[in-house]
Amino acid sequence: MEIGPYLMLASLEGAVTAAVLALTAVGLSLVFGVMRVVNVAHGEFFMLGAVLAWWITSLIGGHPALGFAVALLVVPVLVGLLAAAADMTVLKRVAYDPERTIVATIGILYILQQVTLMTYGADARPVEPPFNTRLALPWVEFVGGKLQLYWPWGLSTTSYKLAVIGAAAGVLLGVWWGMTRTKVGLLMRATQMDRDMALAFGIPVERVYALVFGLGAGLAAMAAVLIVPIQQAHYLMGGDPLLLSFIVVIIGGLGSLPGTVVAAILIGLSDGIISVFFSPTLAKILATLLVALVLVFRPQGLFGVRRA
Amino acid sequence: MSDRAKTVLLHGGLLALLFALQFMLPAYHHGNLARVMVLASYAIGFNVLFGYTGLLSLGHAMFFAAGMYGMGLAVQVFDAAPALALVAGAGAGLVVSGVVGMLALRTAGVAFMIVTLMFAQAGYLTILYFGSYTRGDEGFVIQQAQRILWGIDLSDPTNRYFAAFALFASCLLITLWLVRAPFGKVLIAIRENEERAMMLGYDVFAHKLAAVIVSGTIAAMAGAVYGLLFGYVGASFASVQYSIFPLLWVLLGGAGTILGPFIGTLFMFYLIDLSSGITTAYMLVAGVALVALTLFAPQGLAGAVRKRIWRGLP
Amino acid sequence: MTLLSTRGLSKRFAGLHAVENVDFDLPQGQVRALIGPNGAGKTTFVSLLCGRIAPTQGTVIFDGRDISRLPAHKRINLGMAYTFQITSVFANLTVTENVALAARRRLRGMAMVQATEQALAQVGLEGRLDQNAGDLSYGHQRLLEIAMGLVQHPRLLILDEPTQGLADSEIEGFMALIRSLAGHTTILLVEHNMSVVMQAADQITVLNFGQILAQGSPDEIRADRAVQAAYLGTG
Repeated sequence: MEIGPYLMLASLEGAVTAAVLALTAVGLSLVFGVMRVVNVAHGEFFMLGAVLAWWITSLIGGHPALGFAVALLVVPVLVGLLAAAADMTVLKRVAYDPERTIVATIGILYILQQVTLMTYGADARPVEPPFNTRLALPWVEFVGGKLQLYWPWGLSTTSYKLAVIGAAAGVLLGVWWGMTRTKVGLLMRATQMDRDMALAFGIPVERVYALVFGLGAGLAAMAAVLIVPIQQAHYLMGGDPLLLSFIVVIIGGLGSLPGTVVAAILIGLSDGIISVFFSPTLAKILATLLVALVLVFRPQGLFGVRRA
Repeated sequence: MSDRAKTVLLHGGLLALLFALQFMLPAYHHGNLARVMVLASYAIGFNVLFGYTGLLSLGHAMFFAAGMYGMGLAVQVFDAAPALALVAGAGAGLVVSGVVGMLALRTAGVAFMIVTLMFAQAGYLTILYFGSYTRGDEGFVIQQAQRILWGIDLSDPTNRYFAAFALFASCLLITLWLVRAPFGKVLIAIRENEERAMMLGYDVFAHKLAAVIVSGTIAAMAGAVYGLLFGYVGASFASVQYSIFPLLWVLLGGAGTILGPFIGTLFMFYLIDLSSGITTAYMLVAGVALVALTLFAPQGLAGAVRKRIWRGLP
Repeated sequence: MTLLSTRGLSKRFAGLHAVENVDFDLPQGQVRALIGPNGAGKTTFVSLLCGRIAPTQGTVIFDGRDISRLPAHKRINLGMAYTFQITSVFANLTVTENVALAARRRLRGMAMVQATEQALAQVGLEGRLDQNAGDLSYGHQRLLEIAMGLVQHPRLLILDEPTQGLADSEIEGFMALIRSLAGHTTILLVEHNMSVVMQAADQITVLNFGQILAQGSPDEIRADRAVQAAYLGTG
């Protein structure tokens, strides 16, 4: 293939990564923004989403679309409830102290991961996509001084991948609408701005926290349900999304939702394109170093505005 | 009894006991205890930064691995003698902790934790990337012939035990001296109230940097000795898990105490050893312990002793 | 001889002029009180002197040397000591260790131990050496702060509201302490308690809206119309 179609293919794959990453990272960003804590177990909620999706689809059987639809609706709720329970039993009791929360969520990470290993096992298992039509894509070339469409061999995507991108965009719009236009969103934003003031105004801060923590985990789980027909479910799959979400949230500016989405698109796309030219390990080394240096020299993120 | 006498008795007693156990333990526990002493030295290094200076690093595996690979590559690639290789390991730790400290200490709190985590992750990936030298995840073995230090064969269990004991005893005594010296008291002051320490005229950044370097170099020394004594160097020692372990050990034993790292390492080692006999999901124990410690016993075992029995416990 | 002076010293917080264009001179050995209504910029001003916050503009000169760019710990090492307005002791360390930390920068060994005991005796805390500082009453914590300042044998002692929260008898003791230091230690005293100011200070500087409103002896300040107006809020 020539470089042009090749890049287009990489960007399409990158767009799928970006879509899923944006959902996962927005979950992490929401928790950090409102609660001012870092949830190290975020990747494990993602993993749980994938594993539960496998479980539900294999339980239901029939047409793959049926099981998948049920999973897409039920799994984020289940994972969200579990996360809210973890918030109320653990995080609340360490009073959301930033450092102790990190240690506690590291503990939760191992508990979720290892319990999955004990019950689900160490195998990677696939989930069948609800629909999966191969779509060939055209490219342009000059023939005799004129632009002409042609269909290069291997340049294709699937209807499911496009649906993932669409679904992620839809959910993100929903989150944005919820945060800016609903009463619950208002309560969240008030808590984010000033916890003590929110308490003084009678906002049930503890319930808002449990809700936000559950919502954050639910978004990660939903991202996992969307990706699992492409990627397979495995008990160690939480590491990469956690790392990438960290990168996205930090580069996008801690706690800023629009920044997070922009950074997710940037990282997702460049991840796809960079790995065409570099080894994925080298790309990851550069990305992690970039994040560390951004935190050191530009803690407000690349797109954030420095606070007074 | 004066505080000084009690301190000497307690720490001297532990060292004497560990020395004597060499002659009494059955082979299996004998080997385990040698391992625990080296890992506890790693935890002691971690504790200098976390327990005494109040800085929580989530990337100490990079220092441990710097020592291990500094030593291992010196032996493997440059065919260095063990003594020189150990110096190379400690030197690697010194340099890495110096550079990481200079950068990471520009941040504080949660950002410091994430930055150290990221640097350690980059270090781990770097080891994988240079797989042609490091053999990546698989790692490489240090042959018996390469493990003879000053005519002493370190692959022999008895010699290995004494080498581990020598490392542990020196790390313990050095940190005991350090935290009772003026330098250590400034570290404690920084942990307790950084701004006040600064307004008493102490250069907070320089003290923190020194703490990172001392902590990182002790961790590196433990990594180098671990590789040499047990004859294996592998990337798993650079992974996140090995950054979490010292935190777990120190939290369990008691942060900011001299004996805490050893107590915590001993407990957790045997807990994981026992549970890995039952299930492959042995890290579940670590997860439950982390959550339970943060919730119910943030001071750890030695911390509880300090609170209830002897306030002067160093 | 002038120990400390500032020229054009200013600090703005997001448009608010907390300290504006202050020229200030403090001769060696003087006890100077800094007064002014709430929000006049007193704490901001002394924080600029000792380097806790960076100025927007202007210079600070200490002992003939421009220290405007020096970090706080270096200024302290030149012979400044600062006690916090909001008590800031090492709550989990003993009273002795709190003062010893302040002494150890200058002294070691027995000399350090003696200086520590002496400073604690000077403020009347000799009976509480082994208590945790956090367990002391508020007033005793204020005295501990002062002891931590004294033990440094500073050339300039900056006391930010030292008598706030002290009982009357403790204020008596504090006044005696200031008198015993007068002459060899230069003192800059931020204070609300007017009877303390009038008795202890050689000279008084009045700050209002971040600017110097008046300066003079206690009697002159008492008679100053502008100062009265500022305090009564009719200026």
